[in-house]
Amino acid sequence: MKYIIAIIKPFKLEEVREALGAIGVQGITVTEVKGHGRQKGHTEFYRGAEYAVSFIPKVKIEVAVEKAMADRVVETIQAAGQTGQIGDGKIFVLPLESAVRVRTGETGSAAL
Amino acid sequence: MTVPPKLRQLLVGLPAGLALSSLLSAAPAYAAATVNKGDTAWMLIATILVILMTIPGLALFYGGLVRTKNVLSVLMQVFICFCMISVLWFIYGYSLAFTNGNAFIGGFSKLMLAGVDYNTLAATFSKETYIPEFTYIIFQLTFAAITPALIVGAFAERMKFSAILLFLALWFTFAYLPMAHMVWWWAGPDAFTLSADNIDAVKAAVGEAAANDFLAKLAAATDDAAKAVVLGDYATAVNASNGWLFNKGALDFAGGSVVHINAGVAGLVCAIVLGKRLGLGKEVLAPHSLPLTLIGACLLWVGWFGFNAGSNLEANGLTGQVVFNTILATAVAALAWTAGEWVTRGHPSLLGAASGAVAGLVAITPACGWVSPTGALVIGLLAGIICLWAVVWLKAKLGYDDALDVFGVHGIGGILGALLTGYFVNPGIGGVGVTDYLATDTSVKALEYSFSAQMSAQIYGVLTAIILSGIVSYVALMICKYTTGLRVPEQEEREGLDIGSHGERAYS
Repeated sequence: MKYIIAIIKPFKLEEVREALGAIGVQGITVTEVKGHGRQKGHTEFYRGAEYAVSFIPKVKIEVAVEKAMADRVVETIQAAGQTGQIGDGKIFVLPLESAVRVRTGETGSAAL
Repeated sequence: MTVPPKLRQLLVGLPAGLALSSLLSAAPAYAAATVNKGDTAWMLIATILVILMTIPGLALFYGGLVRTKNVLSVLMQVFICFCMISVLWFIYGYSLAFTNGNAFIGGFSKLMLAGVDYNTLAATFSKETYIPEFTYIIFQLTFAAITPALIVGAFAERMKFSAILLFLALWFTFAYLPMAHMVWWWAGPDAFTLSADNIDAVKAAVGEAAANDFLAKLAAATDDAAKAVVLGDYATAVNASNGWLFNKGALDFAGGSVVHINAGVAGLVCAIVLGKRLGLGKEVLAPHSLPLTLIGACLLWVGWFGFNAGSNLEANGLTGQVVFNTILATAVAALAWTAGEWVTRGHPSLLGAASGAVAGLVAITPACGWVSPTGALVIGLLAGIICLWAVVWLKAKLGYDDALDVFGVHGIGGILGALLTGYFVNPGIGGVGVTDYLATDTSVKALEYSFSAQMSAQIYGVLTAIILSGIVSYVALMICKYTTGLRVPEQEEREGLDIGSHGERAYS
C-alpha cells in the first residue's frame, strides 16, 4: 500500500477530488495548510506595521491506495491540480505499512 | 453705550464667554429657571449614544485590532472600565468634577449625589435654560467612562488585569476629574445676575455673607459707572471658583483636552513604561478581525454625534451645526488618510479609512461648536494626514509600542484639534466666535477675537493636559508596579491573555 500526500492550490480541491473519484479513490483527507516553494508571498500593512507574509494558503490531500494504483493516482492529481503557474504544489508518495477500518476491524487492502 | 474704563479693564482677559457690558444694558432681572422637554429629551438620547460609543463601539474597535488570543481581554477591559467608572462617578466623580471647590478640583458636597433628586437642575450655556441635573450627571458619566477606556489600546496584549483596574481608577481620580473641572466647571450664566430676585443663585455662587454684601453695594450705587464697578467685583468673585482653564479662556467644546489629549498622553506613558510586546518586529501582530474594527469605528462615529452635539447641552441651532461639523471633518479625515496611504504605500486600506475617521472625530471634538464647516473641513484634512504620519513614521522613529495607536490618534489628534480651534474660532473667517453667555441674545460675541490671546489660552489647555496626565500616569503605573505588578508573565503573554487572565477562548 502507498500513502500519497499532495499539496495543491485551494481552488483546485474540487477538481482533484472529482478526478480521484472518477478513478475509484473514495477516501480522502483534506487539511488547510500554509507554505511556499519558490512562490513569493505578499506584504500586508496595518497602520505603522508592515508584515511580509511568505506563507501562502494551500490544501493538503492525503489518500491511501493499493501499490498498483499509486502511479495512476499521482498522475490524476497532477493533471487535475495543475495551472501552469508557480505554486501549483507537490506530490509525495510514502510506503504505507498497514491500514485498519475502524468500523469493522478489517486490515490491509480490505481497509482501503 | 460707552463702556467705562475700569469696566473695560475688567473685560480684558475675562474667561471665555463672559462680557459684563451686557449686564449694564438692562436692569438685571429675575433669573427664572426653565426646563425644556426638547432639550432634556435630546440630552438623554445624546447620553445613550455616548454609552454605545464605549460599549460596544470602542470595545469592538480595539477588539478587532488585537490577535485572536487577546480579543476577550480587550473587550473585558473596556467593558469593566465602563462599569467601574460608572460606580466611581456616582460615589465621588461627579462631586469632584462639577461642584465648587477651587480652580483645580471640586468639593465633596455631592458625594453619592447628595442633594440631587429628579427636580434639581443643571445650568446650560443659555440664560434661564436648564436641564435636569440627573440628565447632566449621566451625560458627563459617559465621558468619564470612555476616557480611561481609551487608554486600554496603548497597553493591550500585555498588562495584568488587576493592574489595569487599579491604574484606571487612580488615573480617573487624579487626571480626569481635575481636567474636567478645570476646563468645564463654571457657575453658569444665571449666577452673574446680581439681583435680589436671583438671591439663591447669588448665594450659591459666592456664599450668603458676600451675597448680601454685594447686593447692598449694588443698591447703594448711584450711577452706571458705580454699578459697573460692583458688577465687575461680583463677577470676579463668581469667577473665582470657575475651573482654572475655563478662566484662561481655553476653548474645548466637547473634550479634546479633557478626553483625548488626556488619554493619549496616558497611553504614551503606559506604552513606554510597560515596554514592547513580545515578538514586536519579528512576529506577526496583525489585527485578527477588521470587520469588528469597522463595526466599532462606525458605532464610534454615530455615537460621537451624542458626544459632540450633546456637549451643547441644548437642542438648538448650534446643535445642528455641531452635527454637521462632526460629519464633515470625519469624512474628510477618512478620505485624507486613505489617500495618504494610497499614495505612500500603494494600497488604500480599510484600517486606514477607519483610523482616519477616528482621527477626524478626535480633532473636531474641541472645535465642533466653535468653527465653520470650512474650518471643520480643514481640521479633518489635517487630522487625517498628520495622524497618519504620527502612527506610521513617528511611532517607528521613537520606538514605543503604543499597540493600538492611542497617542498617535487621540494624543496627536487632540493637540492638533485644540490648536486649530484657536485659529478657526475667529468670526472673521467664519468661525462662531467666542459666545457671550451672559447676553440673552447669544449671537453677541464676548470679546474681539485675538489670535495670540486665543492661541495662548489653547496652549495652556494643551500643556496642562500633557503635564497632568503624564505625571499622574507615571505615578499610578509605579503604584501598580509595586503592588499588583504591571505585565503578565511571559508564558501567559505567549499563550494569550484570554486564556491566561480570563480563562476563556473567544472562538472555538
